[in-house]
Amino acid sequence: MTNKKISALTKKRYSSEKRFKAYCIAALALAMAILFTLLSSITLNSLPAFTQTHITTDVYLDKNLLDPNNTNDLEAILREGPWRSLAKSSLREMVPGVNDRKEKRELYGLVSVIAGDSIKYYVKENPNDIGKKVQINIPSSDDIDLLTKGLIDRNLPEENRTVSNLQLKWLDQFIYEKRVSKRFAWKLFNHGDSREAEVAGLKGAIAGTLLTMFVTLIISFPIGVMTAVYLEEIAPKNRMTDFIEVNINNLAAVPSIVFGLLGLAVFIGYFGMPRSAPLVGGIVLALMTLPVIIIATRASLASIPPSIREAAYGVGASQLQVINHHVLPLAIPGILTGTIIGIARAAGETAPLLMIGMMAFIVDTPHKITDKATVMPAQIYMWANNPERSFESLTSAAILILLIILITMNALAIYLRKKYERKW
Amino acid sequence: MKHLNKLTFGAIALSMLLSSGMNTEAREQISIVGSSTVFPFSASVAEEFGRAYGIRTPVVESTGTGGGLKLFCAGIGLEHPDITNASRRIKSSEFEKCQGNGIDMTEFVIGYDGIVIANANSAPQLNLTLGEIFSAVAAVVPGPKSTDDSCDLISNPNIKWSDIRSSLPAVKIEVLGPPPTSGTRDAFAELAMEGGSKSFKCLGALKITDSSAWKATVHGLREDGGWIDAGENDNLMVSKLDANPDAIGIFGYSFLDQNSDKIKGAIVDDVEPTFENIAAGEYTISRSLFFYVKKAHIGVVPGLKGFAQEFTSEDAYGEEGYLVDKGLIPLPAADRAKYSSAAKNMPKLEM
Repeated sequence: MTNKKISALTKKRYSSEKRFKAYCIAALALAMAILFTLLSSITLNSLPAFTQTHITTDVYLDKNLLDPNNTNDLEAILREGPWRSLAKSSLREMVPGVNDRKEKRELYGLVSVIAGDSIKYYVKENPNDIGKKVQINIPSSDDIDLLTKGLIDRNLPEENRTVSNLQLKWLDQFIYEKRVSKRFAWKLFNHGDSREAEVAGLKGAIAGTLLTMFVTLIISFPIGVMTAVYLEEIAPKNRMTDFIEVNINNLAAVPSIVFGLLGLAVFIGYFGMPRSAPLVGGIVLALMTLPVIIIATRASLASIPPSIREAAYGVGASQLQVINHHVLPLAIPGILTGTIIGIARAAGETAPLLMIGMMAFIVDTPHKITDKATVMPAQIYMWANNPERSFESLTSAAILILLIILITMNALAIYLRKKYERKW
Repeated sequence: MKHLNKLTFGAIALSMLLSSGMNTEAREQISIVGSSTVFPFSASVAEEFGRAYGIRTPVVESTGTGGGLKLFCAGIGLEHPDITNASRRIKSSEFEKCQGNGIDMTEFVIGYDGIVIANANSAPQLNLTLGEIFSAVAAVVPGPKSTDDSCDLISNPNIKWSDIRSSLPAVKIEVLGPPPTSGTRDAFAELAMEGGSKSFKCLGALKITDSSAWKATVHGLREDGGWIDAGENDNLMVSKLDANPDAIGIFGYSFLDQNSDKIKGAIVDDVEPTFENIAAGEYTISRSLFFYVKKAHIGVVPGLKGFAQEFTSEDAYGEEGYLVDKGLIPLPAADRAKYSSAAKNMPKLEM
């Protein structure tokens, strides 16, 4: 070969290397662009859900009305007070001259259906205000909320929007009187599910997710770690253990809905466990997480150099001592990482929970693992199917919150690995 | 590292404890399953009921009408649901299965739901007949060689709406509709497709000679891209229609009601899909919505009767009730009175 040929070949090799690099960078850029688009669209869509429009309402907490028998018993007042009608009459006083039945309905439609509860809550916090005229911030209805955020176009003809002309007029009056304000939507975190978008929150779903993950962790972690320790450290290498290993790997690849069917048939059908309960959900997700933990633990155990074990045996340690005192503590970072990632995956799972009835409308917050509960991804799915427009941004907000929880969990896994990892 | 040891054993002991003590305890909450169409209404009533009476709010699951009836008819006992919602009446086969398990039930009709054929507000207003809807989305249609007595079925040749009737817009037929698992799809097939097939005489003849072939023909939707299975009652569908003025979507009336700034309903057989027209029974593609209460659970599960009464109160399903704000189309006053009294006496359903 001549020099010329060689240098041509070299040039070709260099340029193909450059091309390869460019392809890789392009792939990375594309992946980043997709991720960025996804995250930014979710974030942008979710923003309206984090604030909530309130209407400052003048309420006269008439003592004769709230406590007609003059008992001064706050609990009885809270329980029996005519909160709903008080909210309605307060609105009527702010907008005089509304007598027609239809107009009244439109007027009450300005504020949330839980307007009465807002007043009740205020009285609970400020019992000394009974008998006074006070100003209370009452959440607006979801349509008014959308309108003030510009998500309903007020210039559309009346029949094409969910807010009537009369409601617009009153709202403009309230805005002029500086009664309309936007506040952070705490109800997202301290309310359960609701069919009214202005009330709906994630408290129940977050509690359900925590309870479910608790059950999942408590079952899958010990069983997974023990199985992995046996297979990696104690069991002889023979056909039987090979067979088990293959099956564990297969289990990791089983579609999650299959675990849901199993849960329905075995745990609910045969053992008679309650439907829609975090107990069953947790067991089902534990079965799904088990292979992930076993595989991660085994990999982590296998990465510990044999010299550690040999040294321990050399000074006379028993097998139990070697495993418990030396091997497991060194493998813990890897085991925890695997567990957290497995749990994070389980936390984002819906398909198996659909089968066991956790995709349900549940208002009350669950307190026990046998209470009826739903989980965050199921809540997201249900909100996405609601016809009311406000649920669109609520859905995005719930997705964002779930993503933040998952990213935090993954970050924790990375932190633990970096902190306790040892290089051999 | 002894504590690690104890920790592991503690965890195992705890998990065993959990898995042992799980006898079904007495249920304080009403358990409701069934149709995804009735779900939003049922959930509203459940929430209101829980708020007003201060008891545990009933749990509502959206399982679909068929799935709900299957769970409902599985037996009597607290592990089985107390109420099932349905977007069609219970079938006699389902009823017999229920009776076989010793289940008596009370039937309630709560109102109507219209199925609308909608497109974007920016698109021209459609004015269709049921026959034209059939011609647009059926997989096979009677060809030109058909006579009154026998059909020459050919695969649907209509590409554009204007192929069906020249005054319709010259855009490609693209219909987004509910998937086969949905009750809305069943209702669309029964009301719109079967109704539309009546404009072809030979299909009427086929119904008499071979009813199963007739059903397959009439319920078959095209698979060449003219009909697209989309979500059921999906907000995504509304945004798709908004973005693509040529597309047509099929869904429940409540979605049209909530999104009237983006989409409008097609006029079907000269009737607009408005609240009044559906309530009056003039709009052809509409159906009744039901729920069934398990009689054996009344008195066992607290509040069951109260829930039925709340659902059938004028505040809920009356003409100005809160369910109407959610898109339910109320029954005529006489029917409402009938079901309100049924909630007190709980008459047994006979078929």
